[in-house]
Amino acid sequence: MSTSGFTPSAGVPHMDIDPFSIEFFEDPHPAHEVLREAGPVVWFDKWNVYGVARHAEVHAVLNDPLTFCSSRGVGLSDFAKEKAWRPQSIILEADPPEHARTRAVLSRVLSPTVMKQLRGSFVAAAESRVEALLAKGSFDAIADLAEAYPLSVFPDALGLKPEGRENLLPYASLVFNSFGPPNKLRQDAIERSAPHQAYVADQCQRENLAPGGFGACIHARADAGDITAAEAPLLVRSLLSAGLDTTVNGIGAAVYCLARFPDQWARLRSDPTLARNAFEEAVRFESPVQTFFRTTTRDVEISGSRIGEGEKILMFLAAANRDPRRWDRPDEYDVTRKTSGHVGYGSGIHMCVGQLVARLEGEAVLSALAKRVSAIEITGPATRRFNNTLRGLESLPVSIKAA
Amino acid sequence: MPTIIFNRPDNRSERIDASVGASVMQVATTHGVDEIVAECGGNAMCATCHVYVDEGWIARLAPMSEEEDELLHGVAAERLPNSRLSCQIKITPELDGLIVRLPDRQI
Repeated sequence: MSTSGFTPSAGVPHMDIDPFSIEFFEDPHPAHEVLREAGPVVWFDKWNVYGVARHAEVHAVLNDPLTFCSSRGVGLSDFAKEKAWRPQSIILEADPPEHARTRAVLSRVLSPTVMKQLRGSFVAAAESRVEALLAKGSFDAIADLAEAYPLSVFPDALGLKPEGRENLLPYASLVFNSFGPPNKLRQDAIERSAPHQAYVADQCQRENLAPGGFGACIHARADAGDITAAEAPLLVRSLLSAGLDTTVNGIGAAVYCLARFPDQWARLRSDPTLARNAFEEAVRFESPVQTFFRTTTRDVEISGSRIGEGEKILMFLAAANRDPRRWDRPDEYDVTRKTSGHVGYGSGIHMCVGQLVARLEGEAVLSALAKRVSAIEITGPATRRFNNTLRGLESLPVSIKAA
Repeated sequence: MPTIIFNRPDNRSERIDASVGASVMQVATTHGVDEIVAECGGNAMCATCHVYVDEGWIARLAPMSEEEDELLHGVAAERLPNSRLSCQIKITPELDGLIVRLPDRQI
């Protein structure tokens, strides 16, 4: 909350929009436009926080981690004023210089070299998933593809036990709801969280992680002295928090785009090597992770607006990804677009450390679809799943035909 | 403005005037040099902006960080002694005439 007596500095436009309401989540794009056009910095009366929705300002805040810190939480809750609902993350919710050490460990565990080794098995799993769906003909593209595929590769890559994996999606949903304000979504999620938290705490321990997986590799860094033995489970927890629901929503977004825009589906089918970019463009277009907060560590000026120390700033990644100041035809899904520079994975030192896993999964699924499927048809109402941070669908009934 | 010369895999060559302070990756992606993908947007995380720096120039660049060295192990095309990530090469006036060769693939 604001330390400035719940009023913004002069000249900052007041918004009466609640960016964490169901109404907002139903269709955020018109509201994103209002926020972008109101000014480079806005103020939300409902939650007493600043917001930035244009690409330039979002990018600037993301790339100045000493002024806009993460250690006071990347949700609305300010850890300097209230206790975090779980032990603080030592990577997501850490600042330089401490952040560099833990970040280096996960960067190495999820490096391009490691992705080369995983590619074959991830591609094979996507191809067999698509074959199975072709045999079914009609299915739910969320449960049977966007969730089923990551669940078939990521927990094994981490080295998780077979038991208890049903906790993974509820735990991730809880984490992303927790970044929001104390609304019903957040409160309900935290109230129901005890069994999921217990599972995750247990699963992060070394003896519960299979040799060779990401989890065991993290613990091995403790042997090497890069992190302490007590820090290793917390870094495994980061992968359990952010490694699954994000790709579920990314793949769901991509399939939803390709099903809605037949010309883009035809373009992808004519050149399946576009699969990786088609996924990346879906991340820009739908922005599965919609928002994150930062907290100011000093008085600062953003594009002419003065902001005091200790203020929360809400960054609208999704609005930045459709800012007409940065993108041509921002509201069009274009599988050939040059997507470099979108902030769907963030930017700067906290940019998604698992982005290479996400792209590998997305590319594998879209490539398998493009090669084996001739048509994707939406056969029933697409229903939305509401979360304070994540944007995605609950259900997308489709039917597909073999090529 | 320093000029950067990009030699493409099909031997076509492109001379681009670059702004001091930008990275070689930014120069490429803002001038239609499609061989540079730069998925991570210049955050030294994805290894998809790989270039081979001309032998005469390699020693004149600032040395690479440990992170860049590790990422270069994961590039899609063959890693050579003159491999660099173009997002990590900042344009200075001294780099006027820099020649880089583009690999045939980044992913």
